[in-house]
Amino acid sequence: MAQKRQVRVGSQWMYARDAEKALSEALRVMKEEEGHHESFITKYVFSQDHKWIGVQYGVTALCFLLFGFFLMIMMRLQLGWPGEPFWVIKMFFHGDGKLLPEQYNQLGAMHGTIMVFLAIVPLAVGAFGNYVVPLQIGAPDMAFPKLNMASYWCYLPGGLVMLASMFLLQTKGGAAQSGWTSYPPLSDIASQGQTWWLVGMIFLITSSLLGSVNFIVTIIQLRAKGMTWDRLPFFVWAQFVTSFLLLLAFPPLEAAGVLQLMDRVAGTSFFLPSGLVVSGEVLKNAGGGNPLLWQHLFWFLAHPEVYVLILPAMGIVAEIIANNTRKSLWGYRSMVGASIFLGFMSFIVWAHHMFMTGMGQALSAFFQTTTMIISIPSVIILSALFITLWGGSIRFNVPMLFALAFLPMFGIGGLTGLPLGLATTDIHLHDTYYVIGHFHYVVAPGTIFAMFAGIYYWFPKVTGRMLNEKLGKLHFWSSFVFINGIFMPMFYQGLAGVSRRLYDGGIQYAHAKEAASATNPFMSACAVGLFLSQLPFIYNFFTSIKWGERVGANPWQANTLEWVATTSPPLGHGNFTTVPVVYRGPYDYSLPGSADDYLPQTTPEPGTVAAPVIAPAPVVA
Amino acid sequence: MSDMALGNEHHHHHPFLQHHFEDLGQQHEASTLGMWMFLCTEILFFGGVLCAYWVYRVMYPEAWAVGAHLQQTGWGATNTIVLIVSSLTMALAVRAAQLGKRGQQLGFLFATLIFGTAFLVVKGIEYHRHWEEGLFPGSHFHWHEHPELAQKVQLFMCFYWGMTGLHALHMIIGAGLLLWIMWRAYKNHFGPEYYAPVEVMGLYWHFVDIVWIFLFPFLYLIHEVHHG
Repeated sequence: MAQKRQVRVGSQWMYARDAEKALSEALRVMKEEEGHHESFITKYVFSQDHKWIGVQYGVTALCFLLFGFFLMIMMRLQLGWPGEPFWVIKMFFHGDGKLLPEQYNQLGAMHGTIMVFLAIVPLAVGAFGNYVVPLQIGAPDMAFPKLNMASYWCYLPGGLVMLASMFLLQTKGGAAQSGWTSYPPLSDIASQGQTWWLVGMIFLITSSLLGSVNFIVTIIQLRAKGMTWDRLPFFVWAQFVTSFLLLLAFPPLEAAGVLQLMDRVAGTSFFLPSGLVVSGEVLKNAGGGNPLLWQHLFWFLAHPEVYVLILPAMGIVAEIIANNTRKSLWGYRSMVGASIFLGFMSFIVWAHHMFMTGMGQALSAFFQTTTMIISIPSVIILSALFITLWGGSIRFNVPMLFALAFLPMFGIGGLTGLPLGLATTDIHLHDTYYVIGHFHYVVAPGTIFAMFAGIYYWFPKVTGRMLNEKLGKLHFWSSFVFINGIFMPMFYQGLAGVSRRLYDGGIQYAHAKEAASATNPFMSACAVGLFLSQLPFIYNFFTSIKWGERVGANPWQANTLEWVATTSPPLGHGNFTTVPVVYRGPYDYSLPGSADDYLPQTTPEPGTVAAPVIAPAPVVA
Repeated sequence: MSDMALGNEHHHHHPFLQHHFEDLGQQHEASTLGMWMFLCTEILFFGGVLCAYWVYRVMYPEAWAVGAHLQQTGWGATNTIVLIVSSLTMALAVRAAQLGKRGQQLGFLFATLIFGTAFLVVKGIEYHRHWEEGLFPGSHFHWHEHPELAQKVQLFMCFYWGMTGLHALHMIIGAGLLLWIMWRAYKNHFGPEYYAPVEVMGLYWHFVDIVWIFLFPFLYLIHEVHHG
């Protein structure tokens, strides 16, 4: 039979019939490529390629991360040395270099907003999700490339509106000052900056919603042949659950945001109670509204949001730990189950942020019970990751160091959350520095360390070059020391009763003065230290793009598709020279009896015949 | 086997098959799934507002009943019928697209657009009346029938304007999408193989219709409900 004859294509032998198909496919793709010559604008600005959109998200989010950190430095300087003038504060606010209380409030609100909505979520979901998910599931692109582009182009204006409110409104009352939670009635009657904040938020929410629709459809519809649900890398599972959280949690906040916007510009009073007295005068508004309603709508988003911040981080850490222990993830199925359960539970714990609002014991009892239950899946995931380390021959490279540090740091963050989830203990700790310490341990040395791990891990995928190892270790160890120096004393301060909202750090209060003045200068010095620790990373990032050590397609000897089935660094449209077929799970490391200590997902089981696959062109080392 | 990897037995590629999908079937599935996901977000969006509405209705039942009395049920009912009929014509347009009947499809899409516009016109008449009667919240609000309830009725009107306004915004977006779909139908883009955009448009239109089915009783008919 003629069609059974084999021909040689490159270095591969394949059936003539298949070769013919491959050829016609190649001709079609070439023709298509000729069809759309991409200009600079369509390729780099309004790109529809998920990889470039991922890079756009990543770079933008890192800039916001640095800016949000800079705002915190100004706050920390003033907290450490109250009443002292500082040059940076003078440059930023054009005053006498001392922070006014309302400026401190602006910095607090904008630091929170920028870090959560403009830095970490875009980095975790927009950057890593966009870049890695389609590659890991063997998809040629996201399901809706135009929607993907629109998602980024809603995110950027949202961010710019937030920034603009900081820089353009200083003569008109400044940026939003009501915290990232924007509780009414204060936010309803705050200066113009709050309106800008709401407009920015509506952009950002829209961006996240577009992204989540896209992720869900992509993961359901565009998995490569053989990529069954139990062969999905854990990172993809984490992104999948995250997308559902974004999809279902954000719309109520968008609704609440629209209502608050109407309160501010259209004279409604959805959240404004009657008879509110502002500056000695009764406010003339419709009245009758209930400020607590905002808190419910806000936390209905914002608690799932916490898991939006942590799940992708867990996904990244799981990939890196499996890869660098050279072991299969311990309890992959339990981890997946735990993430799904976590996602579900995260919708029924929100009011544990509201124990102090007097909502009643029955509700408090319900929400503290669900809160205790939701700690179980987190513990399952964390335990599984710890057990994975057991008996592994661990490679201590930079991504692994960050991933390893994530485990105890997230552990501290999670465990210190338990007293906050119980109504009785929360009464004492509510709105103290203890709360700040708790969630920063989850998000800063937790999630942000995982983000750094991801950056060091996937950098060679994006650029074809490694980040410098020595600078990376310097970055890691210094960051690790200083970040604990900032947040660990917060637990002590909080237990001593130091309120989180004081622009002078608490020294005006007799009960807080001692604890505050004993620790604040040290913490602030650590904050400056942490800032300096980022310099090696920034230097490393830019120089390595140009001069980093060139590496091949799979520098970490990994199994997942992004390393074994795509070109590296992948450029341009399309991800694969040939669409991969998946034969096994993502974590087949150190299998007994196999020659290598890793088996890529495209390796067939012994005894089965592999479909002819054109190998990806090796990158010249 | 390798068939899948090498793009199946397609001898021609449909002009609207995007490069990252294997075939039109997959593309269709992805489009409809995407729209369903989007509708999930919409349900939660309106759900958030309805939830707020419900909290206040429980707090101020008298004011809510009075507020509903201020609405003209006749106009509301007319609009409900208009929207339901528009959903029918939209469904028929999808059917015509599936059958490849271009003329019918254009006709039904046009009818849907007319009904949608009629809805907005009626809504505009109602808005105008409310404005004249001083029922717009804020400093324009001048309604003194029951002074003790005025403030709560104003809150009801906040919801009335907010909810119908958001709904009307969705209608306007829908009308814009209809124009675009009509242009594509005119260009003869749709047929038995490829009709996903019309179907997705239909899903959106039916959803906006259903939102109104909720709003109508909540805003117009609730005065019939007696509370203990």
